[in-house]
Amino acid sequence: MLTELEELRTKALAELSRIDNLSELEKWRVRYLGRKGALTSVLRGLGSLPIEDRRSAGATANDIKALLEAELQRKEQGLREKELVAVLEQTRIDVSLPGYPVPLGRLHPTTRTLREICDIFVSMGFQIVEGPEVEWDYYNFEALNIPKDHPARDMWATFWLDTESGDRSRLLRTHTSPMQIRLMETVRPPIRALMPGRVYRYEATDATHESMFYQVEGLAVDQGITMSDLKGTLFEFARRLFGEGRKARFRCDYFPFVEPGVEMAIDCFICQGAGCRLCGNTGWIEILGAGMVHPEVLRRVNYDPDIYTGFAFGMGVERIPMLRYGIDDIRLFYGNDLRFLKQF
Amino acid sequence: MKVPLSWLREYVSISQPLKELAGKLTMSGTEVKGIEVTGKDWDKICVGQITAVEPHPNADRLKLATVDYGTGQSTVVCGDLSIQVGDKVPFARLGAQLVDGHTGALTSLKPARIRGVVSEGMACSEKELGLSERHERVMKLAADSPVGVPLADHLGDAVLDLEVTPNRPDCLSVMGVAREVAAHLRQEMKLPEPSYAEEGSPIEGLVSVEIADPDLCRRYCASLIEGVRIGPSPAWLQHRLAACGMRPINNIVDATNYVMLEYGQPLHAFDFRQIGGGKIIVRRASEGEIITSLDGVDRVLNPEMLAIADSKIPVAIAGVMGGADSEVIDITTSVLLESANFNPVSIRRTSSDLKLRSEASIRFERGISPELTMPALKRATQLILKLAGGKAARGIVDVYPGKREAETILFHTSWVKRLLGTDLQREQIVEILAYLGFDCQQANSSETLQVVVPYWRVDVSRAADLVEELARIIGYDYIPTTMLGSQLPRQQIDPVLAFREELRDLLVGCGFQEVINYSMNSRERLEGTVPIEKAVRLANPLSTEQEYLRTSLRPGLLGLLKVNQKYEDAGIKFFEIGKVFFARGDDLPEEREFLVGIASGPRVPQSWFGDNSLLDFFDAKGAVEAVLGRLGMEPAFEPATEEGLYPGRVARIMIGQSPVGVVAEVHPGVAKRFDLLPQPVAIFELELESLLNCAKLRGRYRPVSRFPRSVRDIAIIVDVATPAVRIVEIIREFSLVTQVTLFDLYMGEQVPLGKKSLAFRVAYQSVDHTLTEGELESVEQEILVRLSEQLGATLRA
Ligand SMILES: [Zn+2]
Repeated sequence: MLTELEELRTKALAELSRIDNLSELEKWRVRYLGRKGALTSVLRGLGSLPIEDRRSAGATANDIKALLEAELQRKEQGLREKELVAVLEQTRIDVSLPGYPVPLGRLHPTTRTLREICDIFVSMGFQIVEGPEVEWDYYNFEALNIPKDHPARDMWATFWLDTESGDRSRLLRTHTSPMQIRLMETVRPPIRALMPGRVYRYEATDATHESMFYQVEGLAVDQGITMSDLKGTLFEFARRLFGEGRKARFRCDYFPFVEPGVEMAIDCFICQGAGCRLCGNTGWIEILGAGMVHPEVLRRVNYDPDIYTGFAFGMGVERIPMLRYGIDDIRLFYGNDLRFLKQF
Repeated sequence: MKVPLSWLREYVSISQPLKELAGKLTMSGTEVKGIEVTGKDWDKICVGQITAVEPHPNADRLKLATVDYGTGQSTVVCGDLSIQVGDKVPFARLGAQLVDGHTGALTSLKPARIRGVVSEGMACSEKELGLSERHERVMKLAADSPVGVPLADHLGDAVLDLEVTPNRPDCLSVMGVAREVAAHLRQEMKLPEPSYAEEGSPIEGLVSVEIADPDLCRRYCASLIEGVRIGPSPAWLQHRLAACGMRPINNIVDATNYVMLEYGQPLHAFDFRQIGGGKIIVRRASEGEIITSLDGVDRVLNPEMLAIADSKIPVAIAGVMGGADSEVIDITTSVLLESANFNPVSIRRTSSDLKLRSEASIRFERGISPELTMPALKRATQLILKLAGGKAARGIVDVYPGKREAETILFHTSWVKRLLGTDLQREQIVEILAYLGFDCQQANSSETLQVVVPYWRVDVSRAADLVEELARIIGYDYIPTTMLGSQLPRQQIDPVLAFREELRDLLVGCGFQEVINYSMNSRERLEGTVPIEKAVRLANPLSTEQEYLRTSLRPGLLGLLKVNQKYEDAGIKFFEIGKVFFARGDDLPEEREFLVGIASGPRVPQSWFGDNSLLDFFDAKGAVEAVLGRLGMEPAFEPATEEGLYPGRVARIMIGQSPVGVVAEVHPGVAKRFDLLPQPVAIFELELESLLNCAKLRGRYRPVSRFPRSVRDIAIIVDVATPAVRIVEIIREFSLVTQVTLFDLYMGEQVPLGKKSLAFRVAYQSVDHTLTEGELESVEQEILVRLSEQLGATLRA
């Protein structure tokens, strides 16, 4: 009996080693380990053995069974791995084929710039306030110290609303500055506000002029606010928007609603101040207008100019991406050609 | 304002480099836009004198001129037959850079043989020197020009092109700019004191002046010069006028213009013979009164306008332009010279009503001081006597009803620190202001100054103005840089701000490109898509394309679709957030903000995956569902109709009971009007304020179940007309149902005519136990029963 078992073992293992696919392996399993397999019939024959031989033969048979099962498992694992490798090899793809198209949306470059500007000032405690795009002459001009028939009105070519009577009291706001008045009329100091929005100019359009564009207005009013604060606030803004090494400067300029009035410029990032076409050979690029809120403007909203001081500033938004990306025509912004918009 | 450096030098001595000076002017408020240097190319050109003129042996239209140029003589061929012995001319030697008379290019002068005669040099025209376009004549230099001196030293100059802000009429003059320069250089300005011999009869007997409307004319001064000879001005004066951008006319008119440029005071010269009765009346024009102005145009005046009249008719439009009848012409012998001060508002209105702007009106409308009239008049009279001869009448007529005390400001020195954030010493303040012409006297305390404003500084009237004067002279670099240290105001955040940005981000996430359109649109476009009745019209549109404020964002987006379909093969998905405007009587228009999205073209860009479907209604709806879902809203979509939209493909978007917008396909007729490609154009419109009001109702957190989820599919058959959403609603009424997804829609052979089959995947889950097969069966049965009862639905076999 034991010899028989030994032969069975040798034969089974020899056959197993020659098997190279799963179906042959299955046949082998049936042949040796199946219900009607060789080993099963050996085990079934144990009953005819004398009781003392039965135990040792039984133990040997079980050992062999365990051995064959283990070998079977090992072989199966090996064959499966091999088969997988073959399948993977057959299902190779051309990784150079384009991926599934995922059309992306994008923000308009003006929106992106507005967000950047607002973020900087919000971090300095400014609050965003908005107002109407169609305005009264009073807010757009009168209250800002620009009376009717004042030559300074030439600085803002204006779209007027059509009326039967020819009345010219309503207009498309030419700047965001009327929001200064609207805000000061509704709250008392301290004020720290940023007022972005669309503005309109009655101007023939060309590469540098648009009939509609965006501005951001800033206003801070309290006791003890000085031009040093204005300088600090705007220079910090310029540093964060244009980068660490940029120089900024103030020069005297005139806006009827501030006194003293200034214009802020940064040193030209094309020529580094040496002078080039972008900066008109001055080495400086104008960024915004600003100044200390005019005493007449404060008086107009019943703030006592002997108690309160404040600063205000206003800047064009499109100018910033134009400078950054070298965009030479402002009309591209609201022409909305995808070939332009896709670049931002 | 253009200011030649040579002219400035008559009032201040300038040794600084020009660039430095220009920088100071720019930094202090008078921006130097450009500097034009004349003579920088005038190498090898000097003052020459004609010593002989002979005919050219081979050509009648040429002459041979011998020119003495100091270090030698040269005979040159010359095309100007008017040259004479003794003329001083610019003489170019070989190698000089000259502007070619024909091409305008700068070329080097070479020896030339002209009709057989060798010419080694050239007597130049103004054009060849780059001074003007005049080319037919050789330029004649002043008789006292020193022979042999380089022309650049003699005629070279630099002209500053200044941007003068509206508050500084004084800087529309050479003297005004000189004052600025003097203050920067801490110099006293050399002030001219014009005087002349008064050899004629007393003016009182010859001229009378009456100001009938003193509210419009604060001062009127006049002088009279008789026996003048009209002729061209001397070259030096003509060159100065030309350098400042003015055209020389004759010696009298040129003198008035010259003094206007010099002092900033406009003057006018009348032919005195044409002034009826020798009488000047400054009065409002009568209604319909007509005057022919100097430019030959008949102007109809009205009582809003100020006229200068003689005893009968207007002879000038005050401060704007003179009349043609009293113009100084060749035969004029007596000149009445006017130097007056007119009301700026009146001048501005008149010039804008007549659409007539002049150098005079530009200065008057900015407001100049009446104190300026007298010195300017004296200077002009002196100049005319010098240029045109004649005798000045004795005395000057001076009618001055509008005289006022000089402006004084009580200035507390603490204002400097208050506005600038830094102190200035009292002495420093007084010194700077003094150089600018302000007179400072000690007032009641040592910190207070009594400051008298010089008459030419009409823009200064309060402490803040003085602080600006100080700041711009010390320079803004001197001001320290500090951060706001004051208390932070209480923040009151407008909720729409964050909401709008969230919407933008969500739309971008849905693959939409943001666009920004003009707020103006044409009547035609607005009318074609939405009702026009309440649209706001502009009084002065730039074009009919931008005549109305938009009442809808739709036309703008449809227009953009057209623009971009030319270049874009992929599907186009745009969105815009912007305002529309509705008229509200005499009040400001109502401004409402909308979010509008538009989608058209291939759903996926063409690719080897082969999805060729087109964007349609369901893409727009999908975007709305995604965006609103993300904002915690559950929109319902109700069939609707709206002008301009595809009937049967329009749904009103409802949040609870509130309509917040619409999703639709655009009417093919409208799409065709916009010349769009023949494919669906899907659109959605949401009103921001309504939407925001609904967004406030964001729901509470729902607990997440720990128990397993079971998924079962059911397919049912209903009438074609039954909205799918009704079935979903009914299924969702069951509390164990957590999700219902429509995954198949079928109409065709396998279902009866007039019916459709809908297959749903339904997910069931309990928050407190694992569902048994039995429970699931019974819920599903109940669902089917309810569907059958309410919709007549049957289970699809
Ligand atoms: Zn540059």
